[in-house]
Amino acid sequence: MSRPRPPLVDCDIHNELAPGALHPYLPRRWREYDEAYGHRGDGGASYPKGAPRAARTDAWPPSGLPAGGDLDFMREQLLDAYDVRYGILNCLSTANRQRNPEYAAALCRALNEWQVEQWLEKEPRLRAGIVVPYEEPELAVAEIDRAAAHPGFVQVLLLVRTDEPLGKRKYWPIYEAAVRNGLPVGVHFGGGRAHPITGTGWPSFYIEDHTAMAQAFQAQLVSLVVEGVFERLPELKVVLIEGGFGWVPSLMWRLDKHWARLRGEVPHLSRRPSEYVREHIWFTTQPIEEPPEPRHLLTVFDNMGGTDKILFSTDYPHWDFDDPDRAIKAKLDPETRARIFGGNAMALYGLD
Amino acid sequence: MTQLATQLGAQPTTAPRYARPAEWPDVDLVDTDVHITPRSIRALFPYLPARWRDYITESGVASLESDLYPPGSPLSALPGSRPADGPPGSDPDLLRTQLLDPWRTRIAITHCIYGVDGIHNPDWAVAMASAVNDWQLAEWLSGEPRLRGSIVVAAQDPQRAAAEIDRVGERPEFVQVLMPVRARAPLGNRAYWPIYEAAERHGLALGVYAGGAGGNPISPVGAPSYYLEEYVLLAQVFQAQLVSLVSEGVLVRFPNLRIVLIEGGFTWLPPLMWRFDKNWKGLRREVPWVDRLPSESIREQVRLTAQPLDEPDDPARLLEVVDRLGSDRMLMFATDYPHHQFDDPARSAPVGLAPEAMARFLGRNALDTYRLGE
Amino acid sequence: MAGHVVGTTDEIGPGQRKIVEIEGRSIGVFNVGGRYYALRNACPHAGARLCDGVLTGLVTSRTPGEYTYLRQGEILRCPWHGWEFDIATGRSWFDPARTRVRAYEATVEPAPPEDAVLTEAGYRPGPYSAERYEVEVRRQYVVVHV
Repeated sequence: MSRPRPPLVDCDIHNELAPGALHPYLPRRWREYDEAYGHRGDGGASYPKGAPRAARTDAWPPSGLPAGGDLDFMREQLLDAYDVRYGILNCLSTANRQRNPEYAAALCRALNEWQVEQWLEKEPRLRAGIVVPYEEPELAVAEIDRAAAHPGFVQVLLLVRTDEPLGKRKYWPIYEAAVRNGLPVGVHFGGGRAHPITGTGWPSFYIEDHTAMAQAFQAQLVSLVVEGVFERLPELKVVLIEGGFGWVPSLMWRLDKHWARLRGEVPHLSRRPSEYVREHIWFTTQPIEEPPEPRHLLTVFDNMGGTDKILFSTDYPHWDFDDPDRAIKAKLDPETRARIFGGNAMALYGLD
Repeated sequence: MTQLATQLGAQPTTAPRYARPAEWPDVDLVDTDVHITPRSIRALFPYLPARWRDYITESGVASLESDLYPPGSPLSALPGSRPADGPPGSDPDLLRTQLLDPWRTRIAITHCIYGVDGIHNPDWAVAMASAVNDWQLAEWLSGEPRLRGSIVVAAQDPQRAAAEIDRVGERPEFVQVLMPVRARAPLGNRAYWPIYEAAERHGLALGVYAGGAGGNPISPVGAPSYYLEEYVLLAQVFQAQLVSLVSEGVLVRFPNLRIVLIEGGFTWLPPLMWRFDKNWKGLRREVPWVDRLPSESIREQVRLTAQPLDEPDDPARLLEVVDRLGSDRMLMFATDYPHHQFDDPARSAPVGLAPEAMARFLGRNALDTYRLGE
Repeated sequence: MAGHVVGTTDEIGPGQRKIVEIEGRSIGVFNVGGRYYALRNACPHAGARLCDGVLTGLVTSRTPGEYTYLRQGEILRCPWHGWEFDIATGRSWFDPARTRVRAYEATVEPAPPEDAVLTEAGYRPGPYSAERYEVEVRRQYVVVHV
């Protein structure tokens, strides 16, 4: 039925924690703290996502573990079903943004150890992002330097809704640590504890929340480029995960245009902003853009300067999951398909 | 011609004249984004009660100029647009000689974004809004038949804002009501609806302008370090506002209201429409009054002023984006005077538009949108 | 087209469903208020197993802030992206004219006295065929025409 697929790398899978799953990995002091206080909230973002834990309703394992929390079921429903060569796990716990800094650090460390033991060591096809308390850069750096030793970790994982724009100085030590350890930095959909989810306050409905995520990604891209992070760290690679990419060309053009007029303000930039985007930023495909005419997707890729930074992803087990056989309706030539479905990821993450 | 060259200041002699390009078709030109501003806050005093004049003086309020355009920034002022005795956009005569005459503008839609949107004192905000509206009528709109203006309101008090629209909304000189893109809350919020109801009732467009000091950081991730970022990031606030206006049902509840996005760019709109349509198909239950694809109602009721064009190097790519809008009624010519958005007037319009589309772009769309037809 | 026996009416009671394989196709059989409907178990959007989705009602509105909640249990939401389909017709809610899932006719046939009568009538043994010889005499069969 479907064309034979090139080797598939799924660049966005979510491994989910069952309640108490981290307790064996937490020192007693933090286990007790976790039991007494637990993870504290997301600062006002309450937009029910149309399905429990934002998951596909058919992704709840019979074992009773949460969707995405059962490795056997994930093998059956995703890795084996779609013949996934490699899958990149991005664990979306709220651990990484707990306001108690040491608690956040302890949780992240425990989570990374859980990822190693319960996922990476058990399933050779899986790789993962190092979860870090990114609002506490010193503590994040310590965790990166500790966890990076395990070859299963292939990136540092941040979330897109941060306290400050990611290009700001505060976060530079994290990028330095990533580069030091030869890891890209993945910035994934979600997060948020400090600001309304739009630049004009809090919207009313989940459809606005979901559609607004791209705006956070736009702000982050602008910040990383304009603050000169890529000038400072020419080896830094950034992956924007689950932010879509349809907006990228217009933002590249807009940045270039206004930089041409205002470049006196940013003398630390030696190149056009779009060039930094072209060289340093990767984009995952899910949730795939669905123009009314599928071939318009190809125009987007062309306007982005090609497909060498496009990484296929499913976002399993979330409701807006992209099926590898159905998601990309535009006709791709075999080379491009191979790149998007796996080649680019293999090169970026050093997978083969 | 020589006089204009002098007014344009120290320009290389090869710089194109700031004027309507000769090769453009001889159709009505409507400039949908022209900024006017008081010479100083004192210019508003004749229109303010004494209580507020003294309040301003005693508090030492020097200016309520929007800080979106730092006076010395290369974007803020076209060469030659700064009169001797005030900021760019404060001199009606200079507006005529530098803009209206050389461009052979049939109509220019002006707006004043002086201060009101950042004032927290609701009574002062209401007083200032009335003052700005009266000042516009007296000193700009009634003296120049080529100008149409925009009603300023204190959005934080929608009832009194609606009253202000009722007070001046029947004046033919006014064609729209302004709301800032950086507002205190997303503009679709029901609390604002008295404003939209009044605007629709008076046949006025709703103009969402670049700027605003509502108090929210410009992005979901806080405030950026550089002005360049801030200006670029306006686009994503426009996106949030458009999504809000549609999701909350403003387009459904006010079907005759035209919404104009002023100075937000437009190249981001096709992919936003794709994303919004896609999401609506699965998430429409929460917003059941949105009874058709969001892109359909956007095409019907939303218009955009053309600057900044945000064009790529290759004009053909821009034309493709224009095509992807799916309607030739949406884009409207603008100079964004006095901001320095383009060096070559021939590039103030997408290059290569077909004649019919160009005529619509240069004037027809604006005449329809602002109900200025003969 | 042929009729395939997929189950008994007891088995697929009001509000219940059963997923069966017929001629290589996965088909969901639903009982909505005592009437039977059968839909192809593949969402026209991206191929999800639609019939595993959420049974729900329809939220409509004429004006913002007003909600009319109708036809509870008659709407199927795809388990992936949430597209809504009217079980009775297979039509999507947001685009009834052009977006729909294949619907099959489902009828209820009385249980025949013996196997031979069924075969003569053109019925092929469906997945349920092994259980035709149960004790109860007046059980009803649900038949899907594919």
